[in-house]
Amino acid sequence: MKGLNISVLVKPVPDPGCYESIQIDPQTGILVREGLPNILNPADKHALEAALQLVEQHSGRVVMVSMAPPNALETVKEGLAMGADEAWLLSDRAFAGADTLATSRVLAAGIKKLGLCDLVLAGSESADGGTAHVPSQVGEILGISHLTNVTWLNIDTDANVRARMKMENGYIEVEGALPMVIGVSRGMNVPRYTSLPGILAAQDKPVKVLGLNNLGLDPGSVGLAGSPTQPGKLSRPELKRQGERLEGEPAELAKRIVAIMRSSGVLS
Amino acid sequence: MEKKQVIWVIIEQVQGKTAAVSLEVLGKACQLAAEAANAQVVAVALGSAIGPLAQQLPKHGADKVFLVDDPRLELYQNDTYSSVLRRLIERERPDVVLIGASASGEELAPTLAAQLGTGLAAHCTNLRLAADGTLTMLVPAFGGQVIGEIFCPVQRPQMATIKPGVFSPVGLAERTGEIVQEDGASLLYDAEIRLRATRLVVEEPPGMPIEQADVIVAGGWGIGSRENWRLLEELAKEFNGAVGCTRPALDQGWTGGEHTMIGSSGKTVRPKLYLGAGISGAAHHMVGIKDSGVIISVNRDKTAPIFQFSDYCVAADFRDVLPELLAQIRRAKH
Ligand SMILES: Cc1cc2nc3c(=O)[nH]c(=O)nc-3n(C[C@H](O)[C@H](O)[C@H](O)COP(=O)(O)OP(=O)(O)OC[C@H]3O[C@@H](n4cnc5c(N)ncnc54)[C@H](O)[C@@H]3O)c2cc1C
Ligand SMILES: Nc1ncnc2c1ncn2[C@@H]1O[C@H](COP(=O)(O)O)[C@@H](O)[C@H]1O
Repeated sequence: MKGLNISVLVKPVPDPGCYESIQIDPQTGILVREGLPNILNPADKHALEAALQLVEQHSGRVVMVSMAPPNALETVKEGLAMGADEAWLLSDRAFAGADTLATSRVLAAGIKKLGLCDLVLAGSESADGGTAHVPSQVGEILGISHLTNVTWLNIDTDANVRARMKMENGYIEVEGALPMVIGVSRGMNVPRYTSLPGILAAQDKPVKVLGLNNLGLDPGSVGLAGSPTQPGKLSRPELKRQGERLEGEPAELAKRIVAIMRSSGVLS
Repeated sequence: MEKKQVIWVIIEQVQGKTAAVSLEVLGKACQLAAEAANAQVVAVALGSAIGPLAQQLPKHGADKVFLVDDPRLELYQNDTYSSVLRRLIERERPDVVLIGASASGEELAPTLAAQLGTGLAAHCTNLRLAADGTLTMLVPAFGGQVIGEIFCPVQRPQMATIKPGVFSPVGLAERTGEIVQEDGASLLYDAEIRLRATRLVVEEPPGMPIEQADVIVAGGWGIGSRENWRLLEELAKEFNGAVGCTRPALDQGWTGGEHTMIGSSGKTVRPKLYLGAGISGAAHHMVGIKDSGVIISVNRDKTAPIFQFSDYCVAADFRDVLPELLAQIRRAKH
């Protein structure tokens, strides 16, 4: 094996620290998310870290691929500062409103266009949608093996892959061969920080923006039109409770809590 | 009269034992079938030597069971499981396919949906089935801040995953159902198997599983140290309960492990009583406890969001209140 060509799927998402401020417009029923800062999806940094470590071990190249609006470029560049060699932004009005299958078709087309790719790494789930669908669906569309929720990964010089896939209480060990798509679980590694030299180097790294026509995709297969699922109404979950304030000194507070425990039947 | 709707539930088994989430989803399927008035619930079980398991499924609501028993299906692996299920689905054409969002279900469902070119809704918090066969799937987004309706208007089957702990199983001791034994050889060809699952390592965590505990004492970032965390463990022990945690507490390494994390990317729980300390109340965490009986929270910040989502709010330092509480509980018991 002469070096690894790795694509890392990265998604810019609104900063999860700001989700509390997301509102639904009562008139239109549409999500108001203006002004929320975008960050690189946290899980994708683990995927990128895994890619960088593999390339340190085997040599090779790391190209990030993202489907997002043009203004997401700044966020994607964070990954260049971490150490990726190149970024491809797949961006077109026709991609808007895509569900995970329509998104995966675009990402798969981007990876094919890149050519020679041994390994595709993705985060195991995005912070906003959080479906955890994309890694498996990209694998299916590319027609290659795929695994997700991977916590440990080893690739040898003959392109054999050994991986541990997280299960409820433990893991399954799986063997296969490249090419493969792998969804990386947070537990696999600790993503590196971006360094100042990294940020400076990122400015000279190639960035490409590609649209529907560059990718040779049928408009009916992407975006909302190409999505088998369609969204309906939005609502907020009912989480509110009548918060009764308990006041007093610790001993008094503890006494009240004991009384509540008794009346709810967990303490006799 | 409308066509009879057919709802499939894919049954997950680990070492010949049915996963709890599969029975929960089967319970929900029964409810959907009743809603739609004219529907059949079918359980589909894959594995090796799982006949006894399949026999039990009618008692949990299956009108019919497809059983695929094949040594190659002993361990879950996406190539093998998706090939078998895709062929069965293409042959039988169910209207709805439901899968538990366990680690393997989370992979199997999108794999199948992509093979079938159909729609899949992830981590549904509720489902409704209309008499005309339209499935409304309610999915959380932004860590549970928002719930959206999802439909799959054209393609079939309509597919959804459901996390453990969201629905409840049903027990119908008297019920029997038809068991259809399928031939593995005609549903799975060796040539299409590219991955090899070599072994399953089960690490059964010690103590009361958090999803079964009547009392959960949960801690967050505010607990501050492993030393302080022991206080939560002592408290939980008094009730034979469990200790839960938020993600920052997990990341600090103070907790019992990942299986004790509650929330959108962790467990969904519904204890009789939840006592949370040093937790701010992010939606990511709160969606996991919203169906709990009584929620008591202790936070030294009077304006902490968790107070809006609690029945009882204690605005104090947990280091003052919880040791006192522990002492009083011990006194009350002896
Ligand atoms: C994709 C994604 C998925 C996530 N999934 C989950 C999930 O499933 N579950 C989850 O929990 N989180 C999840 N998170 C994290 C979540 O967004 C919040 O960051 C987290 O829930 C906050 O945890 P916390 O309340 O422990 O910490 P903080 O928000 O830091 O709150 C600590 C609280 O402790 C209080 N405190 C401090 N000292 C004391 C004291 N001495 N006495 C009393 N109170 C004190 C403070 O006032 C504060 O309110 C996820 C995040 C992302 C991005
Ligand atoms: N629009 C996108 N562009 C690039 N990668 C994506 C996109 N959506 C999802 N992914 C990748 O797929 C993973 C799982 O996302 P999801 O299926 O949305 O939970 C993410 O962590 C990303 O690596």
